[in-house]
Order: sequence, then C-alpha cells, then structure tokens
Amino acid sequence: MPLLSVENLRIAFHGRERVTEAVKGISFSLEAGRTLAIVGESGSGKSVTALSLTRLLPEPPTCQVTGAIRYRDRNILDLDRRGLQALRGKEIAYIFQEPSSSLNPVFTVGNQIAEAVRLHLPEVKDVQGRVVEALRQVGIADPERRHSAYPHELSGGMQQRVMIAMALACRPRILVADEPTTALDVTIQKQIIDLLRELRGSAGMSVILITHNFGIVQGFADEVAVMYRGQIVETGPTDEVLRRPRHPYTRALIGCIPRLGARQHRLSTIDHAAIAREMAAQE
Amino acid sequence: MKSIFREVLRRRLGQISLFTRLALYLTALFAGFLATQPVNQQNLDATFHPPTRVTWHDGGLAVRAYRLVDRSGPHYEVIPGEFHRVRLFAPGFDYKLLGLVPMKRHLLQAESPEARLYLLGSDSTGRCVFSRLVYGSRVSLTIGLIGITITLFLGLLVGGLSGYFGGRIDFFAMRGVEFLMAIPSLYLLLALRSVLAPRFSSDQMFIVIVIILSLIGWAGAARVLRGMSLSLRRRQFVLAAESMGQSPLRILRLHILPNLASYLLVAATLSIPGYILGEAALSFLGLGIAEPASSWGLMLSQAQNIKIFMLNFWWLLTPGAAIFVTVIAFNLLGDVLRDVVDPRMKTQ
Amino acid sequence: MTAPATPAAAPLLEVKNLKVHYPLRGGFLKRVVDHVRAVDDVSFTVARGRTTGLVGESGSGKTTIGRALIKLAPISGGSIRYDGSELVGLSNRAFLPFRKRVQMIFQDPFNSLNPRMTIDGIIREPLDLHFPAMSRADKRDRVAALLKRVGLEPEHMHRYPHEFSGGQRQRIGIARALAVEPEFIICDEAVSALDVSVQAQIVNLLQDLQAELGLTYLFIAHDLAVVEHISDHVLVMHQGKLVESAPAEEIYREPKDAYTRRLLDAVPKLAV
Repeated sequence: MPLLSVENLRIAFHGRERVTEAVKGISFSLEAGRTLAIVGESGSGKSVTALSLTRLLPEPPTCQVTGAIRYRDRNILDLDRRGLQALRGKEIAYIFQEPSSSLNPVFTVGNQIAEAVRLHLPEVKDVQGRVVEALRQVGIADPERRHSAYPHELSGGMQQRVMIAMALACRPRILVADEPTTALDVTIQKQIIDLLRELRGSAGMSVILITHNFGIVQGFADEVAVMYRGQIVETGPTDEVLRRPRHPYTRALIGCIPRLGARQHRLSTIDHAAIAREMAAQE
Repeated sequence: MKSIFREVLRRRLGQISLFTRLALYLTALFAGFLATQPVNQQNLDATFHPPTRVTWHDGGLAVRAYRLVDRSGPHYEVIPGEFHRVRLFAPGFDYKLLGLVPMKRHLLQAESPEARLYLLGSDSTGRCVFSRLVYGSRVSLTIGLIGITITLFLGLLVGGLSGYFGGRIDFFAMRGVEFLMAIPSLYLLLALRSVLAPRFSSDQMFIVIVIILSLIGWAGAARVLRGMSLSLRRRQFVLAAESMGQSPLRILRLHILPNLASYLLVAATLSIPGYILGEAALSFLGLGIAEPASSWGLMLSQAQNIKIFMLNFWWLLTPGAAIFVTVIAFNLLGDVLRDVVDPRMKTQ
Repeated sequence: MTAPATPAAAPLLEVKNLKVHYPLRGGFLKRVVDHVRAVDDVSFTVARGRTTGLVGESGSGKTTIGRALIKLAPISGGSIRYDGSELVGLSNRAFLPFRKRVQMIFQDPFNSLNPRMTIDGIIREPLDLHFPAMSRADKRDRVAALLKRVGLEPEHMHRYPHEFSGGQRQRIGIARALAVEPEFIICDEAVSALDVSVQAQIVNLLQDLQAELGLTYLFIAHDLAVVEHISDHVLVMHQGKLVESAPAEEIYREPKDAYTRRLLDAVPKLAV
C-alpha cells in the first residue's frame, strides 16, 4: 500500500470574475522511501498540488479542493485543524524555493529550528542537542557556533541547508521540496541535491521534488510525473521517461535543456499548438 | 487611478464614506446657499432657541411659531395653531456663490421677517447654529486638504530626494527631520500663536494655523517616504533607467513618484482627520479660529457652558457630531483605499 | 564624438586591469579600514558581433563588471576602451552617447519593469531620451515594430507589466534594450530566473536578433550550460578574479582551471 496516494485531485480558484481550474483531476501515489518528481512549467499546477498535500492553500470559497489525498488510512481533505497541525511539519515537511524569505530575519537559525522541534516533538528533552544534530546532518560546519547566526549572515546555499535542517529536525515521513535549488547557483544546486539524496537514504524519508528542470531529476527521483496545464500527462520510472518519453510535451520539455558539449544551433522550444494537435490525435 | 476609484465604489464601506465626503464638501462649497441666516446675525431676543420644527401646513412647508415663556432659562413654547410659511429656493440675504457669483437665493427661507427659522436652534447670542455649522465646515474641511498638501509636498521632496541620493544629503536631511520630531509641537504652537496673534486677523489666523500644523507634521511623512524611495531605488527598473542615462529628476518623476502614489493617497486620506481634530482642538482651547468667524472647534468651545448641560441645549453639541462623522468618513475611506491599493503595490 | 574607424578585427571592447573596490568602513569615525575587492585586476576583450560569456557564482564579481561597463559601479582603476575610446573617467554628459550604443537586459523580469508604466511607456523611455527629435507617431510605430520583433503583439502596448508572464516580461525588457538600436548588449543573468522552456525561447530570440542586427553580447550567467551554448568565448570569474578565458569548445573539452572544472561538474548531465 502506498504511503501517500492522491486520487482525482481537483483544485479551483474562485476569483471575482471567473473560476480558474489550476489542477484538473490528477492521481499519483508515493511509496515509502521512494522519490517522486513532479515536473512542469510555471502555471502547470505543480506548486499548487504540493501545497494542497497539507492544505496550505487559501480556505474555501476562494479555493476549492476536491478528490482525495490519502495518507496512512486518512483522507487529508477531511482532517480538522488539529489534525492538520499534527500532520504539517511532523509527518509532511516542506522546503521552498526562496530560503531567504522562508526564514524569519529576526530570529537566529537555531531558534527557528528549536521552535519546530518544540512544536512537534514535545517529548524531546535536549532540544539544543537536536538542533545541533540537525545542522550537522545538513553539512553545516561548526554547528555549535552557527546555530546562533541570523539568516542574513548566511549565504543562499547555507540558508537552504538551514531550511532542510528545520524540515528534518522532526523526522518527517515525507519531504516536499518545491523548486529547492532554482534560486541557487549551479555549484550550490548540486550540493543541495547531493545532500537531499544522502539524507533521504539515512533518514528513510520519501521525497516529492517539484521542479521545472528535468536536469536535476535524473539520478535523484525514482519516478516522474509530468504536469502540463493542470493534468499529469505522463508518469513512469525516471530513466524510462527520460529515455523514451511518450508524450509530446515531455519530449519538448526534455529537448529545451541546454546541454554541455552539444552546441546545437538552436535550442528546441515548446510548441504548444503542435502538442495540442498531437494530444488530440492520440485521443 | 480610475480602477482604484472603481474598486472603492465596489465596496459598501467605500460607497458610504465616499458619498459622505462628497456631501460634506458640497456643503462647504455651497455654504452660502444652504445657510438660512447670515453667519453672524445675532438676535438677543432669541438666545438658546430650540430647533424649529418644519411641518407641512396648508399645502406648503411651514415652521411653528415660538413664544418666549421664561427669559432666565430661557424657555420657549410652541404657539398652537400659528405657522410661518417657508419656501425652497427663495431669495434672502446676499452672499457669493463659491465666493465669486453674487446671489440671493437660498435653499430654505422664511417668508415673513418675524418667523424664526433655526433648523438646529440658536446659540447664546441668538445666531443660527445650522448656518454657523455649514459655514464652519469650510474651515474644518479645507484645513485638512491644505495641511496634507504642504505636508506631503515637503515630505516627498525631502524624503524622496534623501532616499534617492543617499549619502551626505540623506544624513543631513534625516538629522533635520529628527530635530523637528523632537520639538514638542503643542508648546511650539502655543508659543507661535501667542507671538503671531496680534499680527493676523481671524481669517489669516486660519491659514497660519494650517501652515504651522503642517510644517511640524511633515517630518514623519518624510521618514516613511525616504524608506520607500530607498527600497524603490534598489529595484531593477530604476537601475534600467539609470543605465539608459535618465537624469535623476526624471527617474524620480517617472519611476519613483508613481510607485509612491498609492501610498501617498492612503496616507493623505488617513492623516486628514488629524488636521481636522487638530484645528478643532486648537479652536476649542481658544488658540485657533476666533470670533466672529465660525469653525466646529470654536462652536464646541462655546458649548462648554455648564448651563448648556444643565438645560439640555443638545443642539449646541452638533459640531461635535459633525467632526465625528467627518473623521470617521475619512478614516473609513483611508482603510478601504489601503485594502484596494495594497495588493496592487505588489508586482505579482 | 564619433570614434575613429577601426578594422572589424579589432575588439569592440577592451578591458584592462579593471578594479572595483568598495571601501569597508569601521570604527568610531567610519574610517576606511579595508576594501572589498569586488573586481580585482580583470582584463578581457569582447569581439565585435560575437557573444562573450561571463560565468561565475554569486559574489564572483560578474555582475559588478557588467555594471562598471556602463558606469553603474564605481571604478577604482584600470581602463575600458570601447570602440577605440576610453570610457573610464568620462563625465555623465560625455558618457551619454555610449549609453545609446550599449544597453542592458536585467535578470529579474518581475523587478526590471516599472509596474506603474504601460508597455508603451517602458519601451518609449529610451527613445524619448536618445531620439528627442523623433515624432510621436514614429515612436509609436517603432514600439509596435519592436514588440512584434520580440514575439509580442503591438496591441499589448497599452497593458501593464503585471498582465504578462515572466518570459513575456523578459521579451519586453529586450524590446526596451533594442529601442535605441544599440550595438552592444549586456545580458545580466537575463535567462536565469526563467523556466527552462522559456529560457530556451529567450536564448533563441537573442541569437536570432544577433544574426539579424549584428549585435555584440556580453552574456553574464551562473549556469555554464547556457553560457557554453550561446557564447563564442567564455570568461570564468571566481572571487573577483578572472580564472579562465577560452573559446567555448575549449572550456568544455579541456578546462584548465580547477574552478572551471567544478562548474562543469555541477551542471546536471542528461544521459538520454
């Protein structure tokens, strides 16, 4: 039985003038200890999907979520406020794209991690020890000293490590990483992805990686779900999807990544009209 | 700007506050037309006259006639069966429409000179409270507009420039601002007022008070605007303008100012009540508008007589209600404006 | 103000020993105690009609170089020769003609357009500045033509930036840069904030424009894959210093500097 399964999820935003359907009936599942990548462009509905997993979206009537999100025999969409609070952070934790705006500038990083620990794991006596341990886990040198640093004293890569430490301090079952490396330099991107890969193994977590870049998916995710205009157009094991993409959109998305040493004359771009034609033809 | 206006009108609170303000300003503009009596016309036979009742009688509007029963009170009684005809748009005393066009027509006038038309009663010298209230609205409503114009102009000039240029200009401007903010404004006002009093007439005093109030008040606005222009300065579109060789003045005008506009609009609306209350407080203390001119604060100060409370001459407290309504209308509009403008200030 | 005629082989831009040092103040009297060497003794050339890539991580000084070239960062020493004329030490007034010839495209499509201006106003601003004699109707036509050229509709000119997506805004930024018919464009992380699919479109657009208008690019980015793809020559910056300068193929095939190798190593490899 999968750890998390999403069934026919629909998310609609009710504006003043019109209703926007951001997610149009998607289903996917995540096994314990596995990594799923949701790949798509901005506007595909991938980030909204990630937020909906612990209902971090605006309340109805602004935002209507239907379908089912099953996590260990419970439907997250039926949980009350208390149930959600117990779920968020402790069972399912997040890291976001902009570490600098996800951290509170007026508290030390140690303080912020300790806060998360106290909230979710009141049984832990040695909070300070847990904080230092979490910082060491994410590869921050000299954690005894660094935990009293303020966010602005750290570089972008270090801030993202702190975010990961905060997410990991409560040992969640699922880590949702929403574009965790997009705002970072390429060299730092690689370090963060390597770190996530290592932690996933040692902590036995499942990971949902949300990204627009197929480049970081390979070698990291076990499965891929490609999202396009609110729908999942293709799913499968990562290597298979990358090697033999079946959907025209997947092919186009892989094609537009610039590659080292292959100085092709032009990068291929996504021709949405052609994709629509092919999709119609396939049906 | 147009869409902001539309958004405000879309909200119920916005509608209410906007129409209240509209009504208030129309009152101030057409004070002469609305007033039933000249602002300073005394009638010592009719002091503390209660509001006259306007009724329908004999196929037309009419007011009841009153008789003075007890001069020491004073106490008035309605004379049964006696009415005086009043007419809409009838000629009366001379005034100038909008201060320019000589006119005689008024909204409401009594036909016979014996009739007492006191819509909101009369005060201790028998002057019509309603007419004084209408004339007084000019002071209270314009004081805010003039004051906020000076405040925001100075604040924008000093704050905007020091935020944009930074460095030495910023340092000296901000020390200047801090100096101004350290001055206890009430005492300064008291001192200035007593020094200036003999040199100015009552009408001029009004302008002087506004200027003093706003000369003290701009420092706070300058600080906020400096911060905002400092953060706008770092946005890439300002850098882009610089990179194409745009002059600092045009960058301020084209790029910084329009992005401050929505804040200015909200700030202006929210600080106008401060000026209205400030004027009322000063006049109440006898430091603002002086007789024979009329203002709401002055009228309130004249109503603090113990007799008025003891004998329940409630109509003399109507300027308080007017101030209350005006201030609430401005504050509500400011809140609505902030709601409308804030999400638009974000780029996404 | 016209520069002496130079043979096409001569580089358009020649930077020699460029230094940008910011003073670090400390102590009670705010005296200068040290300098941050944002750009430290950097020399390179940019060939006419070609794309030179400038790659490095944040804090390497690559953005500062781009800004120093158009007088947006204080230059502490060195020389910048553009088409034969020395730029360092010019007054703002003397520099103005060069602002028409050199334009910049910025990183953040959400921040680089004034949210209170229409697209028409945004693209017209450099025209008003550098072509004061142009008639209103001509300017309007030019804005419409530019919008069309970058793949947008001329009818878009009355809209505001928030009505456009990130990729579209970057196209507007490109149209603004092209408005004054420059010959040299500095692309400061122009595609870094975009989705890969949109990034490909913008990179292609930049290449098409280069072929059509004979533009020279200085392409600043942190992603070596994009830089290698678009550039003819690549410069690698690390901690304010230039650590490697080589043709694009060479950088990929035989990187000489250890830092360049690290950058190459960090690029995700897609084995398809």
